[in-house]
Amino acid sequence: MTNSPSTAPLLDVRNLSVQFTTRGGTVTVLDDISFTLERGERISFVGESGCGKSMTALALMGLLPAMGRVSGGQVLFKGEDLTTASPARLRRLRGNEISMIFQEPMTSLNPVFTIGQQISEVLRLHRGVDNAEARDRSVELLQAVRIPDAAARVDDYPHQLSGGQRQRVMIAIALACEPEILIADEPTTALDVTVQAEIFALLRDLGAKLDTAIILITHDMGAVAQMSERMLVMYAGRRVEEGQVANVIKAPAHPYTRGLIACVPHITSDVDALVDTLPEIDGIVPPITRFGRDECLFAPRCAKAADECWSAKPQQSDIAGHSSHSVSCWHPFGTEGSR
Amino acid sequence: MSDKLALDVQNLSVSFPMRGRGADGRRRALLAVDNVNFLIARGKTLGIVGESGSGKTTAAMAVARLVPKLAGNITIDGIDFGTLDNEALRQARQRIQIIFQDPYSSLNPRLRAGEIVREPLVYAGETSRAEQDRIIDELFEAVGLRPEQKALFPHQFSGGQRQRIGIARALSTRPSLIICDEPVSALDVAVQAQILNLLKSLQGQFGLTYLFISHDLGVVQHMCDDIAVMYMGQFMEYADRKSFFAAPRHPYSQALLDAVPTIDIGAQPTGGKLVDGEIPDLTLPQTGCRFASRCPHARDVCNGGVPQLQDWPGSTGHRLACHLTGTFATS
Ligand SMILES: Nc1ncnc2c1ncn2[C@@H]1O[C@H](COP(=O)(O)OP(=O)(O)O)[C@@H](O)[C@H]1O
Ligand SMILES: Nc1ncnc2c1ncn2[C@@H]1O[C@H](COP(=O)(O)OP(=O)(O)O)[C@@H](O)[C@H]1O
Ligand code: SF4
Ligand SMILES: [Mg+2]
Ligand SMILES: [Mg+2]
Repeated sequence: MTNSPSTAPLLDVRNLSVQFTTRGGTVTVLDDISFTLERGERISFVGESGCGKSMTALALMGLLPAMGRVSGGQVLFKGEDLTTASPARLRRLRGNEISMIFQEPMTSLNPVFTIGQQISEVLRLHRGVDNAEARDRSVELLQAVRIPDAAARVDDYPHQLSGGQRQRVMIAIALACEPEILIADEPTTALDVTVQAEIFALLRDLGAKLDTAIILITHDMGAVAQMSERMLVMYAGRRVEEGQVANVIKAPAHPYTRGLIACVPHITSDVDALVDTLPEIDGIVPPITRFGRDECLFAPRCAKAADECWSAKPQQSDIAGHSSHSVSCWHPFGTEGSR
Repeated sequence: MSDKLALDVQNLSVSFPMRGRGADGRRRALLAVDNVNFLIARGKTLGIVGESGSGKTTAAMAVARLVPKLAGNITIDGIDFGTLDNEALRQARQRIQIIFQDPYSSLNPRLRAGEIVREPLVYAGETSRAEQDRIIDELFEAVGLRPEQKALFPHQFSGGQRQRIGIARALSTRPSLIICDEPVSALDVAVQAQILNLLKSLQGQFGLTYLFISHDLGVVQHMCDDIAVMYMGQFMEYADRKSFFAAPRHPYSQALLDAVPTIDIGAQPTGGKLVDGEIPDLTLPQTGCRFASRCPHARDVCNGGVPQLQDWPGSTGHRLACHLTGTFATS
């Protein structure tokens, strides 16, 4: 233990770096990621695909692909560094104290077992309950995730459920052991917005009830605004901006954050106010072979890019007057500016 | 009928045969599109929005005659497209092109980008090789691809670039109508903005007419002049953009809009207010409002017959299919 549990945050990720060893050499997939998460807190990771959001989640859980390794930093969970924890210890943690749900619930559910069997399995594994108790508890969990007629549906197979119901079952499994952290990786991307709204409401309610901290991975700023208190904007394996959601959305400091918010057509009741052309972010996210360089990796897409952006990686700095709002950019927008 | 209409669809229905027979002994069939009507003026965009499975793609594919229709008239540029066959149909097909959702699977992986754009021109059979080359060059420039990229294969492009190839291909025959079926749903937000801007600027440049299908109300608001909200095969609301977004009238439209998460901090999401009812079985005849099982306003009257689109009192052309229209209008 490096910190006393009473003062330490639930999760304290310090300067986490991850490298991949490929045929072409070593590449830095995650570069110096830091953030903290308090008990019951909700944070979002946001950014385009390929920016390292999922990889960050996998690194926390000790689930990096075989070619990947933590090359620096620490993941302190209640003071314990998970980057040096044994595989057995990590297995016990996963599903018990830290759980994860993914975009496509069908691929995470086993088609040949009933949903009741799959929830019970988690309970027996981590909680050592007997069959009868596991079944009762499974029905309760299905009720908690608002599956109608749970006592009957517990014997259904995954294919008998709708996409939204399968994601509810995944949430039931993830929350079966009342974890301290739930990582939800694009949990609603494959679902209709009506179903998404229900899943979000469910996550918020259950998170609050169980005091579970939630890490939501998403590309949708609306989802961030509705689901989280804090947000971490990622670009090309780096954290480019972090802060309270209200502050960041009101006054994004990083050109990337600003672009992500502006390029989406947000719904308004006053269509006369709409612009004809959406503000664009030119270009695309670079491949990982370009990650890790000593330059701002956003420079090729940035209207503000100047010499220093191309020649050195910008350091993280706090935004004046907002101690919890930081940005890594040579030319951030001021906090007084509006969107 | 106005000659400014690019597309006029009347009473379109599409059914898919299903395995087995119903209780009445007849072959089962799923009525995926149930008697819809819509018009698109030349140079304009109609958006069809709704949850997955509501019949958006099926309606559009029936218009393009890629799915057989059960009933209905389809008029394109004044031509009775719905009844053409053989050579006449083959000729007329070039009047409609489609941009698909998935830029990964909708392009032939073995063809070079330039040849992908050439294909519809060859199929139409009206241009010389040299003319085709000129058209391809123009289109590559119009969609923001470099000339040397004509020689590359689809896997050598990013998702957004592939969608640009798909757009160039769709434009090649100068079609009267372009069906965009979730054209940006598979793209990241930044690339989505690039493609939406491209589609709009091409529309201005070439006077294109779009039938634009999306589940994303923000995208539909940005792109479309008129909006049709579809649910379980039927249009529930149909209005011009301004009127629709200023005051969506149908409980289903309201539920869809309420469910979209906004960036307004403190705006309380109101999604989840829908009733968690069974959705209707489209293999059976509908006897009431198909949304009644999920509608927070539903009353007994809602199960008495299928509501038809009618004007919201006092409006012209803002229509909804709801038994409670009168009640809502006076309350
Ligand atoms: N198994 C893998 N093998 C090789 N590269 C990978 C693998 N998984 C992810 N990557 C790469 O790592 C980077 C980060 O990916 P990821 O964390 O999945 O991004 P995000 O979740 O933000 O979309 C991307 O460039 C991606 O292509
Ligand atoms: N080829 C097909 N055979 C049978 N049913 C189909 C077929 N294509 C679509 N359907 C059904 O028709 C309905 C409408 O589907 P679709 O048009 O794809 O909806 P959307 O595009 O709005 O998601 C759904 O119930 C779907 O399952
Ligand atoms: S007809 Fe009835 S059930 Fe249908 S939308 Fe209107 S109020 Fe709701
Ligand atoms: Mg991911
Ligand atoms: Mg579709």
